[in-house]
Amino acid sequence: MKENPEVRVYPVFHSPFDPCPPKLYRSYVVPVNQYIVFQPAGLPQFSPAEALRYGTLWPSLYSPYTSRKFKGE
Amino acid sequence: MNEAKPQVGDLKYYELLEQLQALDFVLVELNLFLDTHPDDLKSIEQFNKLTQERTVLAKQFQELYGPLQNFGRAFSKYPFEWAQGPWPWQV
Amino acid sequence: MWVYEKKLQYPVRVSKCDPRMAKFLIEQYGGADGELAAALRYLNQRYTIPDKVIGLLNDIGTEEFAHLEMIATMVFKLTKDATVSEMEAAGLGAHYVNHDHALYYENAGGVPWTAAYIQAKGDPIADLYEDIAAEEKARATYQWLIDMTDDVDLQDGLKFLREREIIHAIRFREAVEIIKDDRATKKVF
Repeated sequence: MKENPEVRVYPVFHSPFDPCPPKLYRSYVVPVNQYIVFQPAGLPQFSPAEALRYGTLWPSLYSPYTSRKFKGE
Repeated sequence: MNEAKPQVGDLKYYELLEQLQALDFVLVELNLFLDTHPDDLKSIEQFNKLTQERTVLAKQFQELYGPLQNFGRAFSKYPFEWAQGPWPWQV
Repeated sequence: MWVYEKKLQYPVRVSKCDPRMAKFLIEQYGGADGELAAALRYLNQRYTIPDKVIGLLNDIGTEEFAHLEMIATMVFKLTKDATVSEMEAAGLGAHYVNHDHALYYENAGGVPWTAAYIQAKGDPIADLYEDIAAEEKARATYQWLIDMTDDVDLQDGLKFLREREIIHAIRFREAVEIIKDDRATKKVF
């Protein structure tokens, strides 16, 4: 599966007294909206059919997300 | 009478509905965008053009499958069509 | 006033018979960061927000009702044919006792919706930041919901709703910029 560029990863401390098999990393998503202060005019657009499917009119504002279940996390 | 209520497996109904959903979705997006960008003339032109397209498509849809809106925003055949199903969460 | 339109905003599909998922989805129906809370929050704040951004709160608040209906559709489809034993096995036994197959404004833990979930501070910055936070919290909830199902069609509808949260957050951030910039407004009345 293609890496999601919006995913950030950080290592977690693991104590010898933790009862469960250690998860070495935790991840979170930083969506594209965090880098936009004010949307510029004239951004390229999806077709209406695509826009509906993606949930936005503008490809550069689309944020992908894959189920962690699929990724076995 | 209402000859063409959506039937199980009526692909045309779902196809036409999704076309309308797509146009209306772009209009929602442009509307929210214009709420914060009221001076963007190109987007206003696109909004008006799509509003026109939407009107044509909605008319076509309503002729086949009954009114999309209540309270006098769409005409009715006999018997009163509005309260007839199926409703959006049922199809 | 509002006029109802007899269609969903997005073609919701649910392909797996999984009433268990309905119990989780109800979080976005009647939970703190759910669609009901969102709609009521924005539509109530709009009376006391600067004129330049009233339209935005009005319109996003209205779109939230379309999302509420999408979530309701998912829950309805997942439970309508469930037997009593299936409801019980899905963790919906307590729900069944109180509501049969009816939907109810409650969160995934069965806690009823309350106005305490939403705020109207009357301060435009405080209110808009609450709105931005609400969108990000709803986005996160949609992520955890997508994680809980392997029904790709259900995921599809949830991904649409998640993306809408992201767009709404951008618009609210723009609204903050708009009211920050409004320096030229005459201070003498």
